[in-house]
Formats: sequence, C-alpha cells, structure tokens
Amino acid sequence: MAKSHKPVVWFPFAAGGTVIAFFIPVIVLLTFLAALGHVPAGLGYESMHAFARSGLGKLIIFGVVALSLWSSAHRLRCTCYDFGLRADTLVATVLYVAAIIGSIAAALFLLRI
Amino acid sequence: MSRKPLVRECPPTTWYFRQPRYLRYMSREITSIFIAAYCVLLVVGLQRLSQGPAAWEGFLLALRGPDSIVFHLLALTAAFYHATTWFNATQKAMPIQIGEGFVPGNIISGAHYAAWAVLSVAILFLAGVF
Repeated sequence: MAKSHKPVVWFPFAAGGTVIAFFIPVIVLLTFLAALGHVPAGLGYESMHAFARSGLGKLIIFGVVALSLWSSAHRLRCTCYDFGLRADTLVATVLYVAAIIGSIAAALFLLRI
Repeated sequence: MSRKPLVRECPPTTWYFRQPRYLRYMSREITSIFIAAYCVLLVVGLQRLSQGPAAWEGFLLALRGPDSIVFHLLALTAAFYHATTWFNATQKAMPIQIGEGFVPGNIISGAHYAAWAVLSVAILFLAGVF
C-alpha cells in the first residue's frame, strides 16, 4: 500500500496556521509596545520567567513557537516555489531542518528556565 | 503522426501579475516571510530569557528603536492579514452540517473572530497592558 508522508507535514501546518492566527497578532502587539519603549508589566523578567517556569507555561510557549515555526517553514517553501525558485527538494529540506532545529532550540531553552 | 505538443506558457517568476486574484494570493504568501522572521525573534527571546535577568533586559532594550518599529509594523500587518484570511477560509475548510442543511458560513467565521477577540483581550490583560 502506498503511503504518503503528507499528513505528517500537513497536520502541524494546519495546526500552526491556526495557532499563528489566534496567538501571533497579539504577541507581536506586545513586543511592538516594547519596541515603542512601553514594555508591558507582564513582559518583565519576573513574570516572564515565572510563566516559562511552570509546566503549563512551557507547554504553551513550546506549542506556539514550534507549530508557528513549522507552519512558517511550509508556507515559505510554497512562497519560494511561487516566486520561481523551483528547487523544491532543496528548499523544503533547508526550511524543514531549520524549523526542527528552531523547535529543538526552543525546547532546550525552556528546559533551562 | 506528430502533433504539436502543448506548451503551457507560464512565466515562473511573473505569473501573478496576470490577474488581481493571483496578486491577492501572492500578497498572502508574502506574509509568511515576516511571520517566519518573527518566529526566529521568538526563539532568540526564549534564549535570552533562559540566560537570566540581564540578558532578558538587554533583549527588551534591543527591541527598541526605529528599525524594530518598522519590522513590528510589517509583522503586525502580516499577522493580521494571515489571521483574517485564515478565519475567512474556515467556513470553506470545515463546513458544519446539521441535518439536511449547512450552518451558514458567516457563523463559523464569526465564531472564530469572536474567539480571537476574547483570546487577544485576555492575553493583553494577563500581560498587564490594561
């Protein structure tokens, strides 16, 4: 029976697209306030550290970061193809490997907190 | 017997200028560049957070400045564009059938918008913005 690896790529892509839609705009808004020089109280070290220390916090942060990375990698791959960069296997390998490395790095940073 | 082979003319790098709907598609594609860049920023932020208070304060300080403001405005536009188009597509991607009929698409997309608004306000509140 022929097996497709598509579901493996697609599930995190769809989940990531949803996570990006729900979470990334408000997160960008928070760091935008920091960029303007008005750092929200919740972005201070104490509260961010406390949040990332808790198990639930770690899970939420890792979920958002890893799924967003994977979804972005998949979308960038399609974008490269649509702009005429047709070396799809190379592009896909580079982007997916980058997303996996980014996710592992995020997990390691979280475990150190 | 030989027939002329079909040659589909499709310029690989400029095809999307042919139709406004292709341009709209590509404008959505481009948002992935800014969102991906922002994801990298998130991973760097996590690294700084794991390195202690001084590193985190340095990260917050490095976020300030005109370049960062421009980047954030681009990322914010990209994120909102992605979110709205994503929620608009939900009614096509997952139609809900009840009995013979389908739930109206506006209700499915509207529910997503409502959940998005509640979630965003809750996160802003928890982050101490207001």
